[in-house]
Amino acid sequence: MNGIEAYGERILGLYNYWMVIFLMMTGFYIVIARGNLVQKVIGLNIFQISVFLLYITMGKVQGGTVPILPENIQLTHDGQPHPPEGFDAYSNPLPSVLILTAIVVGVATTALALALIVRIREAYGTIEEDEILEQDLET
Amino acid sequence: MRTNRCPQDGETAIDSLVELATQWIDISLLALLAGTAVTVVRMRSLWAAVMLTGIYSFLGASWMLILDAPDVAFTEAAVGAGIATVLMLSTLALTGTTMKEREKSPLLPLSVVVLTGAALVYGTADMPQFGDPAAPVHQHLMPEFMNDTVPSIHDADSNHSVANHHGMMAEVADSNHHDTKSGVGIENVVTAILASYRGYDTLGETVVILTAGVGVMLMLRGNQCVKNHVPERTADSTFTSDPLPPMRQRAILRVVSKLVIPYILLFGLYVQFHGDYGPGGGFQAGVIFASAFILYGLVFGLRSARTVTPPQLIEILIALGVLIFAGTGVTAMLLGGNFLDYSVLGHHLWSGFLPHGQHLGVLLVELGVGITVAAVMITIFFTFSGRERVK
Repeated sequence: MNGIEAYGERILGLYNYWMVIFLMMTGFYIVIARGNLVQKVIGLNIFQISVFLLYITMGKVQGGTVPILPENIQLTHDGQPHPPEGFDAYSNPLPSVLILTAIVVGVATTALALALIVRIREAYGTIEEDEILEQDLET
Repeated sequence: MRTNRCPQDGETAIDSLVELATQWIDISLLALLAGTAVTVVRMRSLWAAVMLTGIYSFLGASWMLILDAPDVAFTEAAVGAGIATVLMLSTLALTGTTMKEREKSPLLPLSVVVLTGAALVYGTADMPQFGDPAAPVHQHLMPEFMNDTVPSIHDADSNHSVANHHGMMAEVADSNHHDTKSGVGIENVVTAILASYRGYDTLGETVVILTAGVGVMLMLRGNQCVKNHVPERTADSTFTSDPLPPMRQRAILRVVSKLVIPYILLFGLYVQFHGDYGPGGGFQAGVIFASAFILYGLVFGLRSARTVTPPQLIEILIALGVLIFAGTGVTAMLLGGNFLDYSVLGHHLWSGFLPHGQHLGVLLVELGVGITVAAVMITIFFTFSGRERVK
């Protein structure tokens, strides 16, 4: 394998991380650049999903499959469950577990944030950050 | 993405073509995700931005499916594209969709983002390649989890099998029908880790969801007397009117949702009770179940939805789910085990009908999670759509 080919392979192997970082930064940009509170929550959501993707992408094993072990499964030499026909391995179940609960907790906390926004709108009559700050300074 | 698989004997041109196609699906899905995210940044309309976030979630869920995480994909599709979008739209209905243009220059946030991104990209140089089986994340804990979770195999016999090398595990498995103390023996490893190994953690997360539900109720329910503002009331909408009226004019929506809702509920039940054997479990089933009721509420009005699922009952169910979860743990303690150690749950009642040991524990715990998640999601939706808009 020559140098350029190795380089290309390295880029392909890191492409997923870079895309996830790009998505993360897009969400981050919305959070810091936009003054509308609902938009900030949207930005946080985009950031959050990119973190989910980062974890899940680390759990994938090349040539692997979903970690569901059939009954009476056979073991390999090193005592690990034997992957089914046509696959080399099982993908890592641990990131799935972490993210599965994080998604549902995430939507519950998003709902909490949105409830706060609704109350802010009722109290201030606006959901623009700078107008809220202005009103706070006046009083 | 890296094709480090050595070509095996049976590997044909079609196989390599399939691999290439998978690579391209990966790459194009990620490109679509990036495109959607950028469009959300550029969107000036909040409605459109919320709808695009739903699409973004759905694309994310599709990629998770490719990455061998169907459990997560289910949940993300139901939560991100369904419930979260509906909640944001309900918020927009209460806060308005207008967005102020900012005069500030985007240069400062842009440079912060670019610098942070560059630092992170620099950090990826040390990351293992995508799908590398030798990555550190696969070396620690994961082998033990996989090994422990192997169904119907006695833990001690797994050592035996190493000596015995591969194959012929069937006879060993036959001689060991009983559950072992250390092994979990549940087919879906994700469910096994979620409900059994990390049971404490999952209990905590269920309590977080309960707390978030209670928080939303505290903030948005009850007396809506607001300083300097009068609730918006027109001639025909009195205070007792339905804040979310049924869509009487939309015949197609009504007919289609009536047809679809029973199947969503049935699928939710399947996902709930099949979580031991396939992708599924309490979190996934809870959100799928809730989305059926939310769909019903959207199409047939909040009042009919409240008749179907009385808020008092749903509030009790929120607490009941956590009670079932914690109660299973306490029962295990009373039977002489540790908190949430299901292996002591034996044949105490209906031994022919109910599963025992780990299977019974996981079933109960997942049921508790499912009840709490579904009830919290339905309550949050009711609370948001029951709020009246303030001028």
